[in-house]
Amino acid sequence: MIDLPASLDFQTHDGLFREVEEAAGEKILFDGRHLRWVGPNGMVGLLAAGTVGRDRSGEPPILELSGADDVRSYLSRMGFFQAAEGVFTVSTPVPRRSSGQSDVLLEITPITTNSDVHHVVDRVQKRAGAILSNTLGYPPTSVVQFSVILSEVCQNVLEHAEAPGWVAAQSYNWVNRLGRHVVIISVADLGRGFRGSLSDEHSARFADRWGDVTALEAAFIHGLTRFPDSGRGQGIQQIRKQVRRWDGLISIRSGTARIADVPEWFDAPPLEEGLSDFPGTQINIVLPERVNDDA
Amino acid sequence: MTPERWMEPISIDVGRVLRGSLGSLYSHLVTRPTGRAVRLAIEEQVASSQTALSFIDLSDVTVMDFSCADEIVAKLLMRFLNEDRPMDALFVFRGVRPSLHEPIQAVLERQELLAVTQGTDGFCELMGPRSDEEEYVWTMLEGRGRIAEAEVSEVFPGSHHRDALDELILRRVAFAPPGERSYHALSMLAGGTS
Repeated sequence: MIDLPASLDFQTHDGLFREVEEAAGEKILFDGRHLRWVGPNGMVGLLAAGTVGRDRSGEPPILELSGADDVRSYLSRMGFFQAAEGVFTVSTPVPRRSSGQSDVLLEITPITTNSDVHHVVDRVQKRAGAILSNTLGYPPTSVVQFSVILSEVCQNVLEHAEAPGWVAAQSYNWVNRLGRHVVIISVADLGRGFRGSLSDEHSARFADRWGDVTALEAAFIHGLTRFPDSGRGQGIQQIRKQVRRWDGLISIRSGTARIADVPEWFDAPPLEEGLSDFPGTQINIVLPERVNDDA
Repeated sequence: MTPERWMEPISIDVGRVLRGSLGSLYSHLVTRPTGRAVRLAIEEQVASSQTALSFIDLSDVTVMDFSCADEIVAKLLMRFLNEDRPMDALFVFRGVRPSLHEPIQAVLERQELLAVTQGTDGFCELMGPRSDEEEYVWTMLEGRGRIAEAEVSEVFPGSHHRDALDELILRRVAFAPPGERSYHALSMLAGGTS
């Protein structure tokens, strides 16, 4: 049995994968009765953990949630239960999704083909403008840059992971944590990870230093890819540039490491290693509301 | 390439290529396969037209990611700069909204290319990495539209500027018709074509 923490976000879901690994192929019960808050990264992380658990045991893990309506209702609005079909057996009643207008920026969306990326961009073009302008105080044109960020992170799944993934985005009022609104984007896949993607082309030159950390640094800092085409490798670099302009946070978790561009308002190391093994890649982006003295 | 052929430049509406030729319901230039398909459709139209000046019309494009910019701008230019190019061709990217500047600039810098773009306000701009001399010479040529060979020493008394003019011709953001003894700004060649 794996206890889910009360708050499931991009830092607290790390432990899930260690526990899934420790389950050693046994059928897993994810106990979410204490879960009170879950962000996009927590949701896609939970889907990834459930998928690993299912593939190792041969049976979908059981997901148990509290009787409280708010978490289940929110998960339903975010499309979690739809995405979880075939991944989890959900032991608690699932609320029906409202057919009315949704307040969700981008529901959990599987990324398996290029059409999915087009779908994501079409969707956020329609919905993101008001949130970015009214909630975050970004210029009206920011919806284009936001769409490009989503396109590039989703393509990272298709081109480098060679495995399906999920993307989700939503806005939150981080009143206690930051005193500002934020928009969070999360993308996760269970593909080859950065080390796996880059190994054939780049591992030799790093010799025995090659590993998750060097692979993440190679892609994140130096823009290396497995493709010989010199036009490749721009996506992550350009995303970093735009996220920095908005004073945001971007982190990439792959294998046993995490690398990040950390803004002043967030407390986290730029590089972490020796984490529990994440069999794929998770990209997390947090865009904060603009304050008056922002450039 | 004779000067007369410049009388009939072609305009390729990228939005129409995206929606029509590719038979897609997509409305944005995102993902590399989409960019590649659009580029191949453009290359086919350029090669079959046998005209040398092509306007790549981006007026209907609001979102273009870096993968598509690499395919539709950088790789298209490189295809017609390579020694094995299908024909001699010059490009002007038209209807370029401010939101498209960043991806276009990024891929031009990455591949060390120059491109002439025309914004929605009609003004032409040179984009991509260039020296101060190239910038100066392109701006002078753009302002005058055409400089006869006999005027070059007067307009550009310094050899560094004349070298820059040659470089702009090689990089295909200015044109010197064979046998005509003059240099043309691409915007002048565009004339009244819409």
